[in-house]
Amino acid sequence: MPKNFMLEVKDGDVTGALRGFLKSLLEKGLLDALLTPAAVPSGKNVVQTLVEDIGRIDHVDPLAPVMPVNSAKIVSSLTRTGAPGKKIGVVLRSCELRALNELVKLKQADLTNLVLIGVDCFGTYSVQDYAEAGVSTDAFLKNASGDGDAKIRLACRVCRYPAPLNADLTIGLIGMDLNRELLIGGETPEGERLLEALGIEGNAATAKRDDAVAKLAAAREKEKGEFLKQAAAELGGLPSMLAALSSCVACHNCRVACPICYCRECLLDSPTFTQWEADKYLEWADRKGALRLPADSLLFHLVRLNHMGASCVACGLCEDACPNGIEVFKLFGLGGAKVQQLFDYLPGRSLEDELPLTAFKEKEFKNFEL
Amino acid sequence: MADDNKEFEPILVGFFCNWCTSTAADLAGVTRLQYPPNIRPIRTMCSGSVDAVYVLRALLAGADGVFIGGCNPGDCHYVSGNFKARRRIAALKTILETLGLENDRVWLRWISAAEGQKFAVTMREFTEKIRKLGPSPFRRNWSI
Repeated sequence: MPKNFMLEVKDGDVTGALRGFLKSLLEKGLLDALLTPAAVPSGKNVVQTLVEDIGRIDHVDPLAPVMPVNSAKIVSSLTRTGAPGKKIGVVLRSCELRALNELVKLKQADLTNLVLIGVDCFGTYSVQDYAEAGVSTDAFLKNASGDGDAKIRLACRVCRYPAPLNADLTIGLIGMDLNRELLIGGETPEGERLLEALGIEGNAATAKRDDAVAKLAAAREKEKGEFLKQAAAELGGLPSMLAALSSCVACHNCRVACPICYCRECLLDSPTFTQWEADKYLEWADRKGALRLPADSLLFHLVRLNHMGASCVACGLCEDACPNGIEVFKLFGLGGAKVQQLFDYLPGRSLEDELPLTAFKEKEFKNFEL
Repeated sequence: MADDNKEFEPILVGFFCNWCTSTAADLAGVTRLQYPPNIRPIRTMCSGSVDAVYVLRALLAGADGVFIGGCNPGDCHYVSGNFKARRRIAALKTILETLGLENDRVWLRWISAAEGQKFAVTMREFTEKIRKLGPSPFRRNWSI
């Protein structure tokens, strides 16, 4: 079975070449629909779009450097109540694939009848920066080295997984001469079957991309180390934590943007935390002399970190969602990394790894018993 | 408003499993063992039902220490609740430590229903440790 092949890029049109490949999957009936980023008519945003009609393929822009929503959430909303009746190809970045794996483990998504198409990612802009910059996807990809572009979101600049994990098909861009070709790989039996059905034969050499991915990942690993050190220094201690969260208005947008927070009703929005009588607030105010309102903003962030930190894929959309510019990713990037280190758990690595907070061993963590 | 000049008396909250530590507390009582009255006991059905949110709520509202008491490993009434509690507390304490928020104010200990003596000793030890640490930084902070 074919493992991979070089997709020719004609006239330097990378997006066009990939569009053609995706179109062929639909045309041959290998996929019934495609969930992929597509440009909205204004050109100011690129959003996940469910494409059924081949005639709509022209708007598809799967490699645009913007991620308005972590698409794992979208896949979850499509499949939460059951597997789709048709085969859907889903184009996702690494952080989206990893989040999707976590949601599957949390029983919030179903991979049946999905073909996961993972794309290499050099990083993304915030929705706002993307709209302002008017970026051409092809120009971005050809200039992208994966670093040096200050407009790329911090979460992306310190992301150690520029290449997708656990996809059926991989769209390889890193280390490729994008004026000529890009690498398409079948990573699972399903992916290989699709390549075979397209009439692809033989295997291309992957060493060039493999090396470039490893090099980029290593550079990012270093950046991540620096980021964690700096975050720990900046957030350490109650006064620093409170300073970091001083402009929090408890809107909970960070939770809405989070691909891992899946509860229909958040405990922290429930009557247990929101419906108190005046006397109770007065009692709290009396105990401390005064009471900040809305109450419990530090509690909210700490509880969220406890609940989803182990599965945090560090996509950084929590920070983009903050209306007041709080560096939420600093908190979750740091806290998530520490919790994951504790349990030796990499969110999204494998469906076989058990969620740390539901699994246990009889002999472990003695040092936390006092 | 609390009087700042008074000698520091730790405010302690205890989440005690119904099947072990709560019974141990009763046993300590009926056998007339003395221990400091600082602990405010809350009976839970299992240490595994103590979510981080309750521990954090207590700390942020001004408790100087939070104690979680569960059954000895292997003795959980619900088979594995205490093992899950241990993972949750491990995560919680790791997060508190990472953020410089004094994770030694949170204690997890196994005290079986037969260990009234251990309960009394533990409560003494816990109270004295927190007394040494002093008031929690959350206790008087109105802006959290």
